[in-house]
Amino acid sequence: MTAVTTAKTLSELHVKLDPEGFLVDPNEWTPEVAQLIAQEEGIELTDRHWEVINFVRAYYEEHGEPPTLRAITKRGGVPTKELYQLFPKGPAKKVARIAGLGKPRGCI
Amino acid sequence: MTEERKLAIIVSKGTLDMAYPGLVLANAARMLGIEVKLFFTFWGLDVINEKTVDHLKVAPVGNPAMHMPQLAGVLPGATDLATAMMKKQMEKLDLPPVREFLEMIHDAGAEIYACRMAADMMGLTKEDLVPQVDEIVGALEFLEMAEGAQIIFI
Repeated sequence: MTAVTTAKTLSELHVKLDPEGFLVDPNEWTPEVAQLIAQEEGIELTDRHWEVINFVRAYYEEHGEPPTLRAITKRGGVPTKELYQLFPKGPAKKVARIAGLGKPRGCI
Repeated sequence: MTEERKLAIIVSKGTLDMAYPGLVLANAARMLGIEVKLFFTFWGLDVINEKTVDHLKVAPVGNPAMHMPQLAGVLPGATDLATAMMKKQMEKLDLPPVREFLEMIHDAGAEIYACRMAADMMGLTKEDLVPQVDEIVGALEFLEMAEGAQIIFI
């Protein structure tokens, strides 16, 4: 940890997280926050991850609620299989966390 | 936290309103990273049968949840009406049709099995079933596979 010490930790960014690690205020989200949460989840963000995240953020801005996973696959153009590969072991919560939205409440 | 959880869902009914609960639960479980195995038996085979998967219906007769006089349920067209109404509601909720739902949960990693006895009884082989069916297995095999899982019977 000598030269490259620019990376901050989540606590240093002062974003409020709920007890389960979801952002309390989606407006506090930045791409940097996404990077750090993804790191916590053990996910290295690729362009495909960003396509999902950007779609989810845009959908949220427009509708005021997060999209269903089906909406992500249907309208976001990332097939179900790939979505599960990008965000292994439970994409619903992981996508919501990384995109800075609350815990998903829907059924689908 | 949920890494070790396993769910085994037994679908024994073949009506539209009894097909969805199992599919919704299976999908929700996969979205949370819970391992899922579905076992379709008896009339549940209709849900994964190529011939019937797109034509499941809601039966108003004998279904007290329809909130209508039972006699009205036997009128011509009552079943189609109830079915059409339910499909419309499903679409509003962004619930896919059964065939697409099966594809979705299978792509999501849920395993889909058909009951051997029920398949034999109805003269069905794997070719008669939707391609998402992993295997036709007996009840013994399924119970072995479902060891340690929470079991839901629908």
